[in-house]
Amino acid sequence: MNAFISLAINLGIPLLIIVVALITGSTLERRHYRSIGEREYKYGKIPLLNGKKYPKLRPVSEARFVSGSVVISYDYFKRFLAGLRMIFGGEVKSYVSLLDRGRREAILRMKEKSPDADLIVNLRIETSSISKGNKKRRLGAVEIFAYGTALWYSAAGE
Amino acid sequence: MLTTNIEEIPGKKIVEHYGLVAGSTVRAKHVGRDLMAGLKNLVGGELKGYTELLEDARREAKDRMIAQAKELGANAVVNVRFNTSSIAQGASELYIYGTAVKVD
Repeated sequence: MNAFISLAINLGIPLLIIVVALITGSTLERRHYRSIGEREYKYGKIPLLNGKKYPKLRPVSEARFVSGSVVISYDYFKRFLAGLRMIFGGEVKSYVSLLDRGRREAILRMKEKSPDADLIVNLRIETSSISKGNKKRRLGAVEIFAYGTALWYSAAGE
Repeated sequence: MLTTNIEEIPGKKIVEHYGLVAGSTVRAKHVGRDLMAGLKNLVGGELKGYTELLEDARREAKDRMIAQAKELGANAVVNVRFNTSSIAQGASELYIYGTAVKVD
């Protein structure tokens, strides 16, 4: 009986955490993707260029540095899936979607700072991992930072 | 102060170069924020405290770079680059650098 209780505690609590993480994590992810989709549609008309050259359609009236950043963390379920992946190798899909969300969010936040820009040139995206604590209780998070130069062309009549 | 991460300020002409200017800051997270982040880490998602912390740190590094450029008599910084490196557990350095110029 005692062995059964200790087994239930040792196995049950991590399992419970994983299940809670699965439910909340996937709900949050779905909600985040929906909001990303809506905002990408809204700001879709601002072209992004990752080169330094830009089309000289008209004289440029204003240029400004813009940036956006987000720190996003793994949930327990994703980490559990990744842990399984580490045994067999291959693509870690649970992390791919996380980083995809982070990058798109950072780019959107950058666009939100210049919603009326004509285009954004020299876009750069930087990713850095923030980790703290020992291996077992590690805080797993990544920071994604997107930056570029927003340009405004002068009005056609000028 | 105008800043861009391309080699010029579009629409303006660079009349003088002043060389490299840089700013940096090393930041650590405080315990309360860490605790909250640890809890948030269970369910995943954005860690807003850290996003704000890093934004603040970056702004400070940028302000330091701009102060240096102003001292030289520049009115713009071109070719701005960012660098983040974690130097110790729980602390990271933010470094920003660019070329100070004067534009018309």
